[in-house]
Amino acid sequence: MITGTEKPIEEILAMVEPYQRLILAGCHGCVTVCRVGGAKEVQVLASTLRLAREAAGRPLEIHEVSLERQCDPEYVEKLRGLVGGYQAVLSIACGAGIQFLAEKFPATPLLPGINTGFLGVTVRQGEWSERCQGCGDCILHLTGGICPVTRCAKSLFHGPCGGSVRGSCEVDKEIPCGWQLIIDRLEALGQMENYGRLKPCKGWSSARDGGPRRIIREDML
Amino acid sequence: MKSASNLEKVLAAGHFAVTAECGPPRGADPEIVRRKAALVKGNVDACNVTDNQTSVVRMSSLAGCMLLREEGLEPLLQMVVRDRNRIALQSDLLGASALGVRNLLCLSGDHQKFGDDPQAKNVFDIDSMQLLDLARTMRDEGVFPSGRKLEGAPQFFIGAAVNPFADPFAIRVPRLKLKIAAGADFVQTQCIYNMEKFKKYMELAWQEGLPEQVHILAGVTPLKSVGMAKFMRRMVAGMDIPEAVVERIGAEPKEKQAAKGIEMCIELIEELKEIKGIAGVHVMAIEWEEKLAEIVGGAGLLPRPVVE
Ligand code: SF4
Repeated sequence: MITGTEKPIEEILAMVEPYQRLILAGCHGCVTVCRVGGAKEVQVLASTLRLAREAAGRPLEIHEVSLERQCDPEYVEKLRGLVGGYQAVLSIACGAGIQFLAEKFPATPLLPGINTGFLGVTVRQGEWSERCQGCGDCILHLTGGICPVTRCAKSLFHGPCGGSVRGSCEVDKEIPCGWQLIIDRLEALGQMENYGRLKPCKGWSSARDGGPRRIIREDML
Repeated sequence: MKSASNLEKVLAAGHFAVTAECGPPRGADPEIVRRKAALVKGNVDACNVTDNQTSVVRMSSLAGCMLLREEGLEPLLQMVVRDRNRIALQSDLLGASALGVRNLLCLSGDHQKFGDDPQAKNVFDIDSMQLLDLARTMRDEGVFPSGRKLEGAPQFFIGAAVNPFADPFAIRVPRLKLKIAAGADFVQTQCIYNMEKFKKYMELAWQEGLPEQVHILAGVTPLKSVGMAKFMRRMVAGMDIPEAVVERIGAEPKEKQAAKGIEMCIELIEELKEIKGIAGVHVMAIEWEEKLAEIVGGAGLLPRPVVE
């Protein structure tokens, strides 16, 4: 899923300062799962903002809404009739959702209510961890199912570096060294011959470095 | 001969080689490099110039190399892949060779979080293994990695760093093998204090015949005090300093610890000279260049040979 984290409330208050009427839009997708942008968070954030503005003597009218997905035109259209009546939309979806709303409603200012994080997994309740950078050229079959681009702090293709100590990365003891994980797994799978092979320089053009990416499926158009 | 490097010539002639290290200053003052050069000159076959080590910004390695050259020292250019993408790396390789730098050491580089600019972008377009391959391809095939022909191939004696003590131990020797396959002509090791473990490493390397395929320069760093030993053990990743070593220097009164550290370093070099497959030593006297002559001389390695 795409993860995110709350923005500090002061930052959001500063963003909404010029407005008296706005829509607060959540999303039922990834950000609901990681508990930062779903219907419940919409409710909580709306009341916090209302209370703060009331206390400041500048009440704020907030229309609360949660879309099935903010990254899909079908659901985004549901806001069309509504946006005209408000000065701005504060979205607590991921960056893609927020931008999609901005694209669809060019006359309405869009405000980001969360910081979008990474493509990751729920390790346990309350803990998420990054797994994929969407580089567009997957080699997980060679690295024991563990991504060196994402899980090595230096995205090395022939790790570990000299900083790997007792399974931890030099960047932080709390971060497992991705290459230690890869080697442990290659050993367990009996695939150490993959380690000894020189891998060609990665082509980054399929990643963000090649410019904004898009996918076109002729069969679906 | 792959390059016109003095270090390569010394090794090819079968001499036990000596290299040292110079960290460029945190500023633009060339005199600091010249002063260090004066202390190193005559005691080594080539001198490494570090590339923003521990991610702390310093005078560029290439500039440091040129200053050493002006002082009549043979430089060894360290190059990390942390700060430059493949375009900049290739370009700097060409520039360094054009300016007469003949020795190269390919490294990953410490993560930027350790320096003054932890917010810097993390480049790592290619890794140190791929940089070895890239430099070797340019030198031996006279082409860019893209296949286009070079207007003059760079000439380098190409090296890599190896850490016989890092985790996991199981891949230490496969990793050396991979570095050789990628293009390393020589390797410099992490500082050795744990002789037992290092001998084990060499034994395993011999099982694969690796010391015959690459020149292994054993890294040593003289300890200035028991405090330094403890600090390095605690703070430097992959640094293996056995308790016995710490105790030995710690047993001396404070004012005699530095002399003891030098004595221990010389003993270590003497022991390394006896290990089959060790082609030389890399003496990293960190900010202690004035002791280099005493250490290298004490180990019976002076004067340095002149090979034509
Ligand atoms: S310690 Fe491991 S994860 Fe961290 S940078 Fe080095 S190889 Fe990568």
